[in-house]
Parts: sequence; structure tokens; C-alpha cells
Amino acid sequence: MASGSELIRRIKGQIEEVDPKEVHDLRERGNGAVIVDVREQHEFEESHLPGALHVPRGHLESRVEGSAPDKSKRVILYCASGNRSALAAHTMKELLGYEDVASMRGGITLWKDRGYEVEVPRTLTAEQRERYSRHLLIPEIGLEGQMKLLDARVLLLGAGGLGSPAALYLAAAGVGTLGIVDNDVVDLSNLQRQVAHSNDRIGVPKVDSAEIAIHEINPDVKVEKYGVRLDASNVMEIIDGYDVIVDGLDNFPTRYLLNDASVRKQIPVVSASILGFEGQLSVFHPYEGPCYRCLYPTPPPADLAPSCGAAGVLGVLPGVMGLLQSVEVIKLITGAGEPLAGRLLLYDALGTTFTELKVRRDPDCPICSRDPSEISDEEMGAFPDYEAFCAGAG
Amino acid sequence: MSTVKIPPVLRSSVGGAKEVEAGGDNVGEVLRSLASQHPATESQLFSEDGGLNRYVNVYLNDEDVRVLDGLDTEVRSGDMIVILPAMAGG
Repeated sequence: MASGSELIRRIKGQIEEVDPKEVHDLRERGNGAVIVDVREQHEFEESHLPGALHVPRGHLESRVEGSAPDKSKRVILYCASGNRSALAAHTMKELLGYEDVASMRGGITLWKDRGYEVEVPRTLTAEQRERYSRHLLIPEIGLEGQMKLLDARVLLLGAGGLGSPAALYLAAAGVGTLGIVDNDVVDLSNLQRQVAHSNDRIGVPKVDSAEIAIHEINPDVKVEKYGVRLDASNVMEIIDGYDVIVDGLDNFPTRYLLNDASVRKQIPVVSASILGFEGQLSVFHPYEGPCYRCLYPTPPPADLAPSCGAAGVLGVLPGVMGLLQSVEVIKLITGAGEPLAGRLLLYDALGTTFTELKVRRDPDCPICSRDPSEISDEEMGAFPDYEAFCAGAG
Repeated sequence: MSTVKIPPVLRSSVGGAKEVEAGGDNVGEVLRSLASQHPATESQLFSEDGGLNRYVNVYLNDEDVRVLDGLDTEVRSGDMIVILPAMAGG
């Protein structure tokens, strides 16, 4: 019986070995050979050849045909030093019928010694793997989706009824950066529904209170605080660079202003509103679907648009609606599922009914029927019937 | 008869009902019938020129009547008409 090292030496004599320089030149020429790393997961994650596929040798027979389905195509395998890849090449040649398979001599160690480039993939830390393990298990999110969440920048307009649950759950989900715009301080009457705040933070600015709550759940989230009221002078600057905006605003003028600015910046807005026992929800994705003005060309007069402060709201309702918003945010970031664009969802808590209505793009929309560069500063949030518009302020 | 869903802000004008049955062959007739049963809704639904107020959205089943035939949109028995005002609470 041959020893292990004798076996490897014999097998190397039966397969083709190529020098790292040859592989490097092949890559430079871009001739399309498939390069496969046969090392273990943790080795691959540390660094690998740029563009290499990963099939651990232990899974070679069951997985390599998925990665390299064309058996007539040139396949180059490598490992750390060239032994495992030689054995794998032998298996692929003799048992799987690959016609043009080779093993890279000296493996990635020799590749690096030659000074050739390696790719260091981004990955989760051990703590992140544990924290987001339930996300990693669902294929619609997985590692790729979690990375997208960690890279994402989400702006919450309002840290009140809708913004509170959104802030907490989006932080928990690992959204990397959460911006919060709110110029209010925590009031005792907020605590019936605004769960990001607490009894001992009454009188504290809501942006500071929300930051504390966010970091208690997930200290990795970067919080960007804007303790101001959103207006025409600051909206373009504040929303700049965010991937998704969560509209939990409490008045019409700012909702129209936000709409116009988000269309100009082409940032999707997940919008919800609440009153009494009823909520509305939709996603306004500029130029891909309708905008807020397509749905509501004109705000209602004040007597038809009471605020929660004036008319009351069930405390749990913004929890439901704010979390439906959060789900839409995560879908937009990860690309999972069908976003609620072009649809308006009505939730009636008393009857426990959900009603879905169609929302069409208005070809004559004063804002989104035009090119973003054509929309001027003066038009933003403006309205022909300005008196009625201002009367709609909550 | 069609069923008209009444939004919260209009319920005090119809005695608190969430839905009202009203007759008519088109959306305009049904809403006029609603307004004659409950006069307090008239000024909230219709503008002075008799058209629908611009801030009131009306849906026949799940479609906005603006993309159908507006107030002339034909209504069949059993259809649901939804009156939808914008809300801004957050």
C-alpha cells in the first residue's frame, strides 16, 4: 500500500499541472477558463483568486457540475499548495469525465509569493453571523441580502408613531445607517404608541431618544440625527445619499414637499399614514411607479384632514403600519418579493380587513411626468391651491 | 344597489356607518344618492360646479374612477365604491 505522499506524487504524474504564471496570463488574456478553489469555506473567505468559483473538495463530486457544467471547457483547480487540487483534478478527469482539467502548482501560496492579486471577500464577523443567523437561513435574504442591509442607508422622517417601530426593527435587521429627522421632544402623551421612547426620556429630543433605543438593540447601526423640521431649505440636502425613505410625517405640506424632492433625487419612499383605527400604506418609487401626487393630486381641507393629535389614534395601529413599512424597506433593499408600488393598502383595525386599491401613474402629474432636472426649487411642495394646502397642515 | 365604503372622516356625516347602500347606474348617481340620503356629505364630496372635489379619490372596486369614466363610470349591482381621502397622520 502506497503512503499518502507517494499517492499524491503518483497522481500528480497522471494529471496536468500548470504554473501560477500560466494561470495569471490566462486571466490577463481573459480566455474564459473556469478557475475553481477547492479549499474549505474559511480558507476561501480569507482570500482567493479574483473571480474564482468555490467548490470545497469534500463536495466536489456533488457540486462541481453545477459550477462548471461544460466538461469540454478548460478548468483550473487550486488549493493552498497544490495537493488537494491535484487529487480533485484526478477525480474530475477520471471519474467525472472532464476533458481539460489542470491543477495549479504550488496553490494560492505560490500565487501570492509571485505577487499576483488576490480577492479578499467581505464577510460577516462571528458576532454578526450569530446576530443575523435567522436572516442567513432564509434564502430571500441570506448572506448577500444581509450585506445589502448592512450597506444600506435608510432615512426615517419622524421618530413618532410610525418611525418608532420602523427604527427599532430596521436597527434589529441590521440596516447599516439610519437617519432620523425630527425636531420634537418626547412627551408623556407620545408613549401610548411611540415605542422607541421611554418614561425616563420625557423631555429629551426624539432623535437622541431614538438613538439610545436603536443602540440598545444593535450598537453597530450608525445613526445620523437631524433635529430639525424638514422644509424646502433643507430637504434636498438631508435626503441626499439615502437609499430608501420611510415617510411617517404628520402633516400634508411636508408629505408633498418630500414627494417632490424624492422624485428629483429618485429615491423610493415607503409611505404610511394613520388615523383612528385605519392606516394606509404604499411605496412610491419615482419613475417606476406612481408618486404621492399621482395618488393624491390635492390635499384635503383641514376639516377632512384631522391630525392624530386632534382626532386620536389607536396606539397599536402605528406599530402595525410602521412594521409593514419596515418590511417594504427590507424588500426594496434586498430585492426580495414584490414591493407595494402602484398599490395602496388600507388596513381597518376594527373590522380586521385589508383592502388593496390600484394606484396608476398620472401621465399629467405636475411632478413625476417630467424629467427630474426640470423640477425647480420653487415648485417643490408648492401647490396651486396654496391656501387649502396650508389648511391641511396637521 | 351598490355598497359605498365611508372613510372615518365622513362617518359622522352618515350617522357613524362604515358602509352605506346607495342606488344608481353610474358612480355619479350613486354618490348623488348617498348625498341625498346624508346631506352633510354633499359639500365634502362635490364641488360647487357639481364635479367631484379634487381631493376626494373614488374607486370602483379596486380601480380609481379617474382612469375609468369618472362619475360616468357604469356601476353594476354588488359593486363596491370606496371613498378615499388622503390622511397625513404619522
